[in-house]
Amino acid sequence: MQTEKEMANDIIRRSGVNPLKCMKCGKCSGTCPAYEDMDYHPHQFVSMVQKGRINELLQSKSIWTCLSCFACIERCPRSVEPAKIIEAVRLELIRRQGCNHLKSDAIPELLDDKLPQQAIVSAFRKYSK
Amino acid sequence: MTFSYYPGCTLKTKAKDLDMYARRSAQALGIDMQELAEWQCCGAVYPQAKDEIATKLSSVRALMSARDAGHDLMTLCSACHHVIKRVNNDMATDTDIRMKVNNYIKPELEYSGETKVVHYLEVLRDYVGFDELAKKVVNPLKGKKIAAYYGCLLLRPGSVMQFDDAENPSIMEDLIKAMGATPVLYANRNECCGGYVTLENRPTAQRRATSVVSSAKAAGADCIITACPLCMYNLDANCDESQKLPIIYFTELLAEALGVK
Ligand code: SF4
Ligand code: SF4
Repeated sequence: MQTEKEMANDIIRRSGVNPLKCMKCGKCSGTCPAYEDMDYHPHQFVSMVQKGRINELLQSKSIWTCLSCFACIERCPRSVEPAKIIEAVRLELIRRQGCNHLKSDAIPELLDDKLPQQAIVSAFRKYSK
Repeated sequence: MTFSYYPGCTLKTKAKDLDMYARRSAQALGIDMQELAEWQCCGAVYPQAKDEIATKLSSVRALMSARDAGHDLMTLCSACHHVIKRVNNDMATDTDIRMKVNNYIKPELEYSGETKVVHYLEVLRDYVGFDELAKKVVNPLKGKKIAAYYGCLLLRPGSVMQFDDAENPSIMEDLIKAMGATPVLYANRNECCGGYVTLENRPTAQRRATSVVSSAKAAGADCIITACPLCMYNLDANCDESQKLPIIYFTELLAEALGVK
């Protein structure tokens, strides 16, 4: 089992983000359209990964509610790219055996006749490996 | 004006109209869209992680086919455009990803991001020109007040997408003017529709969609145009009944204006 520090290093490497660039202005969280549906917010992901607090983030509902809208990336004054950190944390979890968040059995009841294929492919890519 | 064309899965199924009206309009405008002989699903979301390689291969194959055909690669679905453009940027700028992808595909000629990726709207603006397009309008959409919905994927990140001003775009409004209609500006035209989260947390998507559509409605729009099947779905199916507006693919209005609908 990896330590939290080791996981944090992997997440940083995988994301390509340097959390030390963050000046904690909170603009990413201020602009995040999923803010209300998150427990930890984008700026917290950046600082918690930097501090090695990974176990809490792996439990976070934010890794599923991030919309990948890239508003936080566009609007961060320090080019930190918080969405990449959130994605790297999600991958840390779903790449583990048995940790797929979206199972194919669950799909039929989520469908309606207008739902585009694109939605299903996207959700599988984001939530499962 | 000949382009290699990547339609993507959704345009072959739930979003056939987006594709069909694009082809009819292209013909009227003298644009030759040559669909790639073989293409695979782009994956619909850009894999952001540095160590994601397999999920980028289908985009690279499409990019290589266009290069080999000697054309720029035209896209239409916002999501396909986003994924293919960003993967192309990785191939041009990230030496580690470029090496791994080429090692995997082993093409005769290595690929390093040479293909130019252009969205259909960019073709209208940069190759046809909106002034020329306006001259070909036979059925001006006079009196229609249209809200352009950009969403996220065409615009962000601006440094890679280079589609338009990421915070104050104008390409769709310029198209609306060229078609003889009136563009309506509104606050949420480049805020997220809810995306794939509709499958995970529907209330989030409902809140997002309603906030976009109500913002357009409050600004006086009769309808909203989009280039994305998932935006189309969210803005329609996930919008509160009291706020609904017709959501239309931009290509349908274009075909109408050009008299080829
Ligand atoms: S916007 Fe950028 S600098 Fe500001 S808190 Fe977020 S990540 Fe840090
Ligand atoms: S990409 Fe995710 S974290 Fe960033 S602003 Fe959008 S929803 Fe929020």
